[in-house]
Amino acid sequence: MAYTFSHLDHLESEAIFVIREVAAQFQKPMLLFSGGKDSMLILHLAWKAFYPARIPFPIVHVDTGHNFEETIEYRNRMADKYEVNLVVGYVQDSIDSGKVEEETGINSSRNWLQSVTLLDTIEEHKFDCALGGGRRDEEKARAKERFFSHRNEFGEWDPKNQRPELWNLFNGRKNYGEHFRVFPISNWTEMDVWQYIKREEIDLPSIYFNHKRRVFNRDGVWLAESPFNPMKPTEVAVEKEVRFRTIGDISCTGAIESKVNNIDDIIAEVASFRVTERAGRHDDKRSDTSMEDRKKEGYF
Amino acid sequence: MDLLRFVTAGSVDDGKSTLIGRLLFDTKTIFKDQLEAVEHTSKVRGEDFVNLALLTDGLRSEREQGITIDVAYRYFATPKRKFILADSPGHVQYTRNMITGASNASLSLILVDARNGVLEQTRRHTFISALLGIKHLIVCINKMDLVDFNQDIYQKIKEDYRAFSSKIDVPDIRFIPLSAKEGDNVVRRSEKMDWYQGPTLLYALENTYVESDYERVNCRFPVQYVLRPMKEAFHDYRGYAGRVAGGIFKKGDEVVVLPSGFKSRIKSIENVGKEVDQVFPPMSASIQLENDIDISRGDMIVKEFSQPNMNQDIDIMLCWFTETPLAIGSKFIIKHTTREVKAILKDVRYKVDINTLHRIQDDKHIGLNDIGRVHLRTSSPLIFDTYKKNKITGSVILIDEKNNYTVAAGMIL
Repeated sequence: MAYTFSHLDHLESEAIFVIREVAAQFQKPMLLFSGGKDSMLILHLAWKAFYPARIPFPIVHVDTGHNFEETIEYRNRMADKYEVNLVVGYVQDSIDSGKVEEETGINSSRNWLQSVTLLDTIEEHKFDCALGGGRRDEEKARAKERFFSHRNEFGEWDPKNQRPELWNLFNGRKNYGEHFRVFPISNWTEMDVWQYIKREEIDLPSIYFNHKRRVFNRDGVWLAESPFNPMKPTEVAVEKEVRFRTIGDISCTGAIESKVNNIDDIIAEVASFRVTERAGRHDDKRSDTSMEDRKKEGYF
Repeated sequence: MDLLRFVTAGSVDDGKSTLIGRLLFDTKTIFKDQLEAVEHTSKVRGEDFVNLALLTDGLRSEREQGITIDVAYRYFATPKRKFILADSPGHVQYTRNMITGASNASLSLILVDARNGVLEQTRRHTFISALLGIKHLIVCINKMDLVDFNQDIYQKIKEDYRAFSSKIDVPDIRFIPLSAKEGDNVVRRSEKMDWYQGPTLLYALENTYVESDYERVNCRFPVQYVLRPMKEAFHDYRGYAGRVAGGIFKKGDEVVVLPSGFKSRIKSIENVGKEVDQVFPPMSASIQLENDIDISRGDMIVKEFSQPNMNQDIDIMLCWFTETPLAIGSKFIIKHTTREVKAILKDVRYKVDINTLHRIQDDKHIGLNDIGRVHLRTSSPLIFDTYKKNKITGSVILIDEKNNYTVAAGMIL
């Protein structure tokens, strides 16, 4: 046997080490689950990290109410398959209780409101750590993120005052009321994620693959026709063969025109992409530092 | 495909960010929307050319000041290798960031501005790389376009560098003349430097043989978490989960558990969900033993005839990370493998001049970014190797109990 290790084995081993570190260092951790491929990957890695024991923490979904139906069905199915408890935080509850005001008009989105609901859910359940699927290759502010990322009692990130992180020694110590965000797949790229999904035969929501959908074009992004996406009078919905490259709230996730319907072709397509994954995310286009600003406030 | 983790160090004007931007750009890792954003910002700022440095400076304050203040990680791949690059700031006030970036790297890129030659910071970056146990250095003599691609200048820098680096313990040092801005010898061979016959930077990165950074002889398995399934089907299952830190563990091996000293035999090994015959670093695994003994997080599974040190008194080479100077008698939480104990600082043996690597015996003042050899006493024994022997079982961090901040990194001597 050769003592060699592929890059995927490396990344897997590192992620599992980080996930086990979370279970060991925190009292009440949870896994943020959006139904997208990255959070699904963490769920799968967590299952491997604790097998044959069950995953020792619940999954939490922050539900904007503006979902793709397929995502909700998938979320429930995965919670059953991986034998984990599911906790749902509703953005609608945050709106009803007057904690946030809903944006109105064109380009309105509940995406920014998720931060408030997430922090409320963390407080209500006394979670002290949220595992998430953030990757450093996604966006330039995320490239500076630690594996163990401290959040103060307001849930805020202080990018200029992050704890140095050396070797594989993760410092998860904190005061009461503070929490951590932990990113086990920090070092994975989009391509690594797809290659691993193929290797492990991980189930994905159907909307990652080719389907027919009525969409309209706004600022170069194809958005789904939906009651949650009010259209300008000049915009027209057309039926197209599309798929989604990332999955978020319906109001900010752009589709791409694609006939791809299996993982191999997705990998080939990813290899040929000339724009980043987040180029299809309407929420990132608001400004150059949009992600950094949202992260400081507690966004994932 | 294998994986190379490397670190780049360079100061504000060495063109480090430009070099990384060039590597990403020429390996086609830059996407259209990222490039458009950079072109736009360059234009707004009135710069004459597309400033590739803007690709790596992620935080608002970094882009405003045009400097890199935190470690940023970059990912790219060629058909030969996958790369993880820790882009770290090189200024003396960011020594801690460079140490952070270098802690997981097996190769270090040192940038030298061809116009300035070897400077204090060049020596500093070299010493830090050596201190962190990095075995491969590539010295990039950058901005050759600004010295007319002159071979004599390159030779002079190479000799100056060799003169001081003979003192340090790095087996593999190479030199490449290049221009990050123009792209000469980065990915594409330069047409303006016929006198240089060596590899381009990318070729060197792809082909440097990085012998395993892991210790494959002395067996070390720090227990991270105990798996008790509480399921009917796995009634008596008790698995010790962790990541192999040294050696090769095989089914049937006789082992010793520290600190208790109990002996047992490996009943089964699981490597993330499937049973295997053996595991080695850096695999995450879980091990079942034949005897039911009390083992918890922080214990270490080893073999009888190659045991690590077990001691409450340790000497470490320490880098100090915060504004308040280190004081003799102060207490910390020390984090070592999966173990956390208390420690008290007993003595500062000497301070290291990070620019010359001289030991300063009569200066015991350790302030922000200073490096020195110190003596610690811990509340219970650490189970360790020297950093030179094993990076995983030889490294520690110190945490200030008052504010939970990571205040120091240390390498056990």
